[in-house]
Amino acid sequence: MLTKRIIPCLDIKDGRTVKGINFENIRDAGDPVELGALYAAQGADELVFLDITATVEKRKTLSELVNRISHHINIPFTVGGGISSVEDVSVLLQNGADKISVNTAAYKNPALVADLAREFGSQCVVLAIDTRQETDGRWYVYLNGGRTRTETLAEEWARQAVDAGAGEILLTSMNHDGTKAGFALDITSQLAAALPVPVIASGGGGTMEHFVDVFTKGKADAALAASIFHFKEIGIPELKSFLQEKNIDVRI
Amino acid sequence: MKLAIVKYNAGNIRSVLYALERIGVEAIVTDDHEQLGSADKVIFPGVGEASTAMAYLKERRLDNLIRELRQPVLGICLGMQLLCSHSEENNTNCLGIFEEKVMRFKTTDPEIKIPQVGWNNIYGLGSSLFNGVAENSYCYFVHSYYAETGPNAIASTEYIQAYSSALHKNNFYGVQFHPEKSAAVGERILKNFIEL
Repeated sequence: MLTKRIIPCLDIKDGRTVKGINFENIRDAGDPVELGALYAAQGADELVFLDITATVEKRKTLSELVNRISHHINIPFTVGGGISSVEDVSVLLQNGADKISVNTAAYKNPALVADLAREFGSQCVVLAIDTRQETDGRWYVYLNGGRTRTETLAEEWARQAVDAGAGEILLTSMNHDGTKAGFALDITSQLAAALPVPVIASGGGGTMEHFVDVFTKGKADAALAASIFHFKEIGIPELKSFLQEKNIDVRI
Repeated sequence: MKLAIVKYNAGNIRSVLYALERIGVEAIVTDDHEQLGSADKVIFPGVGEASTAMAYLKERRLDNLIRELRQPVLGICLGMQLLCSHSEENNTNCLGIFEEKVMRFKTTDPEIKIPQVGWNNIYGLGSSLFNGVAENSYCYFVHSYYAETGPNAIASTEYIQAYSSALHKNNFYGVQFHPEKSAAVGERILKNFIEL
């Protein structure tokens, strides 16, 4: 049976792991390679490394970090943050990344997802969407780490990207991110039902029950979280045992 | 021991190389006929599309070379599929080592995603490739095409239906999952191949 995936996300700034609360107020939580290897040993199913300060000058630092990660970690990992071209992706994949995630650049350049899928295959192209539910009840796409609003709805953008070749959707609810009040179950289940590719839910996981909900009610294929793992509020082994007790298939 | 990885237009060669490094094994990545022919063991990796990969292999005459290898060969993911007789992916004739055919996952259930992405269990383990690997161990899979069940299966997995997640015939082995990304279980399988 294909299992539901638990994915710790490591936000990287200057080679260190950080986590923003609602994308602000960054706190340091350690060395990415060490932390990633620890999560892998504890039973994490995949890892996501998100370079939140990705700039052209930092590109080399990131590819060196990716190279170090791929030497030390024996589970799949995704790298994201500031990726905007086929060349960027080529360097990261050559350094051992299994998948890359694109966000703002894919929205601004509609050919990017298709180019990446053609060049490297859909299996390594993850489309990350930051979305916020507004007072009209609809979920709008935000860019630039949540700073820039668009008029596009999350489902519409996700469909377009999947048609262009995105192999997975990483969906972050800005309303829920950092709140520890639970994942956004409605938009997650809406996308999971609408799309033929896996949906990774992100933002809001605070208790083990929240993970049960996102897999059952939210129909997510995978759930991603950061600070609750970094600050040891929930351990991956206990989370997986809990999910198994609730009859959710997980790898133990 | 000389371990060679077939160099061709496939995506996960580096991951395989690093995974071997982690278990203390050095390998060379080459498309040189002499080097591949004289290696003690050969790994044939692969992430990509079947017809493009076969065209590339033929162009460099690696297709005949691989067929004629007599040392242990391990195909991974697309590498395993290319060792089969035929793939539905762009109607591609493959290398024909394994009689099994490669088909595309089909479902009408909107909750089932294609490709299969993630950890699934392997069972019916019947080869020294799986020494020390427990029945129903989890491995990491990413694929839209699968090898049907058949006489050469040494492991099976279920996704939509049962299929061959590992194959073995003579000196040829194939695994659909990615041992290089399958944590301790994958490392054990790679070690077992090295020790065959």
